[in-house]
Amino acid sequence: MFLINCPYCGERDQSEFSCGGEAHIVRPKQPTELSDDEWAEYLFMRKNIKGVQFERWNHAHGCRKWFNMVRDTSNDKIHAVYKMGEKPPVE
Amino acid sequence: MKNKYSIFSLIKNAFSQHENWKQAWGDPEPKTEYEAIIIGGGGHGLATAYYLAKKHNMRNIAVLEKGWIGGGNTGRNTTIIRSNYLWDASAGLYDHALKIWENLSQELNYNIMFSQRGVMNLAHNLQDVRDLKRRTHANRLNGIDAVWLNTDQVKEFCPIINTSPDIRYPVLGGTLQRRAGTARHDAVAWGYARGADEMGVDIIQNCEVKGIKRNGDKVEGVETSKGFIKTKKIGVVAAGHSSVIANMAGIKLPLESKPLQALVSEPVKPIIDTVVMSNAVHAYVSQSDKGELVIGAGTDAYVSYTQRGSHDVVEGTLKAILELYPIFSRMKMLRQWGGIVDICPDASPIISKTNIKGLYFNCGWGTGGFKATPGSGDLFAHTIANDEPHKLNAAFNLNRFVSGDLVDEHGAAAVAH
Repeated sequence: MFLINCPYCGERDQSEFSCGGEAHIVRPKQPTELSDDEWAEYLFMRKNIKGVQFERWNHAHGCRKWFNMVRDTSNDKIHAVYKMGEKPPVE
Repeated sequence: MKNKYSIFSLIKNAFSQHENWKQAWGDPEPKTEYEAIIIGGGGHGLATAYYLAKKHNMRNIAVLEKGWIGGGNTGRNTTIIRSNYLWDASAGLYDHALKIWENLSQELNYNIMFSQRGVMNLAHNLQDVRDLKRRTHANRLNGIDAVWLNTDQVKEFCPIINTSPDIRYPVLGGTLQRRAGTARHDAVAWGYARGADEMGVDIIQNCEVKGIKRNGDKVEGVETSKGFIKTKKIGVVAAGHSSVIANMAGIKLPLESKPLQALVSEPVKPIIDTVVMSNAVHAYVSQSDKGELVIGAGTDAYVSYTQRGSHDVVEGTLKAILELYPIFSRMKMLRQWGGIVDICPDASPIISKTNIKGLYFNCGWGTGGFKATPGSGDLFAHTIANDEPHKLNAAFNLNRFVSGDLVDEHGAAAVAH
């Protein structure tokens, strides 16, 4: 439970948002050429970090836009919010 | 058994004001080397150590626990035990556990307070009815007891449920597994700890694993807060922190860790003598022997290791509880807590070898690991001792995420994830 500063709407309750999981997992450019191992890596394997993690969020009950967030999963503290397509901040 | 519990030992100790009971398990310092190390002193980890010692004669082993035994998800769940899963692989796994539960108090000489009070799963819409009837048939084909109850039979089995057709999600029926029930979570961890300790297993508490030492594709030992310990076999049973350990070993797992909440009410006289679960409205409730209502809520829909959980999740669960049980409207909730559950993409566990020799994972139990504790320990011990899975956990290998042979229990497991 925390507040999220939506880059389009401002600060709202987390319950308005839905989390889209780990960010910056690049969709394969040539899906037909992927091995089973590479598919497993893309589809299922996750860093699931205890600590600072980059993730995608959607303001589902608001502007419905997607954006990225840097959050510490060990204490739910949000370090940065940035729009899709923008470079992730370097700590 | 050095300290066998019985009516006679109880009477004997009563004469000395119960001051001479022996310690149930020791508090050893770690040795420099073990045959195998289990990371995680919850129910699953302690059961693994117990069966490694008992069935596979591996006595020079240790269980490393960063806090105190049974203090993680073992002490944070709602203690529901059932085996009414849809798919054959899951049915085999969970019913194996249920069969061990049925004699576990005798086997451990420790009262785990196993109570086969039945678990009822409610249907609230036509799709629920179809799904649950299908599951009932699948269960019976797998030799698992299951019956379909219509609305009147649900009311008869648990009279306090509101079966009015006018509520938001009316009760259209339900399934009942009579062999299912609950057990005392602490006692499970303590019983296994005592049994394992007696066979020479070192249970080392307050010992956090800081790193896994690898030599190429083999493990060599673990770096801990109490120093380096050499071993050739490591069994990781770290629940929500499995990915953290995997990261130390340099591998990735298909897991996401999320807080799952539960809460208990003030204690009241016996009012509900079974376990009732509802998938559609996500509310499940039973009553502990102390009289508290034990209520399971949902997971937060994002990765977090905070062991808290969000207020809106609890609010949603309690709304559903109140609509189904108007009689609870003036109950006060006493305690609320969260545990970190590791969820697999197919909502089934992983009990498996890895690509690294000597490194084994037992994880991904998600929101429902307690019920499997004895079976999980037994099968994981088999996997570690033989370096091969038992036929009951062969389907739950890590490679299924590569082969695509998933055990998809998301909807079928009778609880929403």
